[in-house]
Amino acid sequence: MGIDVAIACGKAVFMILLVLQVMALGVFFERKVSAVIQDRIGANRASIFGFAGLGLINTLVADPVKFLLKEDVTPAGADRFLHFLAPVIAVVPAVAAFAVIPFGDVLEAGGRTITLQAAQLNVGVLYVLAMASFGVYGVVLAGWASNNRWSLLGGIRGSAQMISYEIAMGLALIGVVLTYGTLDLQSMVRQQGHLLWGWLPAWGILYQPFAFVLFLVAGVAESKRIPFDLPESESELVSGYFTEYSGAKHLMFMMADFVEVVLVAALITTFFFGGWQIPFLEADGFHVFGRVFALPAAWIVVPLLQVTSFLVKCVFFTFFQIVVRWTLPRFRYDQLMKLGWQGLLPLGLVNVMATAGIILAWGTTA
Amino acid sequence: MNALVFLVLAALTIAAAVAVVTNRNPVYSALALVSTLALMSCFFVGLEAYLVWALQLVVYAGAIVVLFLFVIMLLNVQRDERALPGPGTVVAVAGGAGLLALGVALAAIRTPFAGMPAVGEGYGSPEHLAHRLFTDYLVPFEITSLLLLVAIVGAVVLGKRRI
Repeated sequence: MGIDVAIACGKAVFMILLVLQVMALGVFFERKVSAVIQDRIGANRASIFGFAGLGLINTLVADPVKFLLKEDVTPAGADRFLHFLAPVIAVVPAVAAFAVIPFGDVLEAGGRTITLQAAQLNVGVLYVLAMASFGVYGVVLAGWASNNRWSLLGGIRGSAQMISYEIAMGLALIGVVLTYGTLDLQSMVRQQGHLLWGWLPAWGILYQPFAFVLFLVAGVAESKRIPFDLPESESELVSGYFTEYSGAKHLMFMMADFVEVVLVAALITTFFFGGWQIPFLEADGFHVFGRVFALPAAWIVVPLLQVTSFLVKCVFFTFFQIVVRWTLPRFRYDQLMKLGWQGLLPLGLVNVMATAGIILAWGTTA
Repeated sequence: MNALVFLVLAALTIAAAVAVVTNRNPVYSALALVSTLALMSCFFVGLEAYLVWALQLVVYAGAIVVLFLFVIMLLNVQRDERALPGPGTVVAVAGGAGLLALGVALAAIRTPFAGMPAVGEGYGSPEHLAHRLFTDYLVPFEITSLLLLVAIVGAVVLGKRRI
């Protein structure tokens, strides 16, 4: 009993640390990649004993410390309690959503079989969607509690946008769920370990390419980043729903944004790019065209490789979203709504019907 | 479900539900409503009905109350500054609610509890629920969706002057 609780806590802590590390890397990318794209040098001022580490010290040490030490202002006429609560509500669901994302297969140690997933839930997909929709409250409450018209406009825009794109996101996921025939994320990833015709990894992108595009667009819109950063849009609303936030609370909103980016990356990895799967790697080593390359100490090496694989894919898609952010201009508000309701929604419906038709015709799921 | 966990959850749920009606600020009322619904969903976890738990969170807390909040903000509803209802109203409402609670409690005590019927493997799982929904309860399910469709069409007709 005690050991089980310890293992569960260990997995949760591991997942949270993993998310925060990828998030930190995302912040670093945000500063340095934007600099490369705009032909600048980027963050390079801060250093410790002359060590700047390509801006790592600047972005991961100096910036957060500065945020934490800044004065925390609550505007006059603001609702103090909700003003305090909003950043918390923004961060917590985004982090909590990672509970159902598998970061490895199983670890067999000391006579125990530990599934490398913080919570084994047979309704994982719905849980992720629920947590994504809870994120709206942070935006809405921040906008309302600040007693500022820019904030209020940002909050209203944010809630309308997030509700709209959640529908597209859910529809994209219905295609995925139909393909795998389950709502459990770990089981989805396990199914992606098969090989088609003996050599092609059966990753979700092969079965659901349209769902991937829909999910990527809806996911970027959910994380409220350019080209969908209408709730924030600094050229119109100063900085939208978190205009009136400073110091650590402002940092928490930034953190929520980046955690959502990592969440979208992790979900794309899980649904479409095999999660922790490495092609040809099985529980004892690599199986390539009938030949087996056994790995030494496979009980620990294979799970480590799987976690690394998951991590690398997550980092790649985090990087990808940041490149998107610094490449595209912002939509207009009517374009945003049009894309969501008249573009993604019908396409999502078509994808669901087509997937259902194909499954019915072949009489089998993946 | 552990009795202590149940009692704590029940007390919190009732407290949140009371907060929905006693708050004078509509935003706080909406938040208390979310808390009530989220706490209620925990009872489904206790029954191992994870699907209903997730649906409760997605549909009520995630979608419906967000829309409430959206409308409150859009209409810029202010704090309700009207005077509190008189003692007569309070006594009448409290008495009515008390009688209702008493009735439910009496009915619960008088009905002999014969234990819960055993359920099969996979009860409450998405597969099980979907199977029941699309076989035994297909007609109510379809009628419900028709009802929702009618509501949506009605909202469009009312909202648009010219279609």
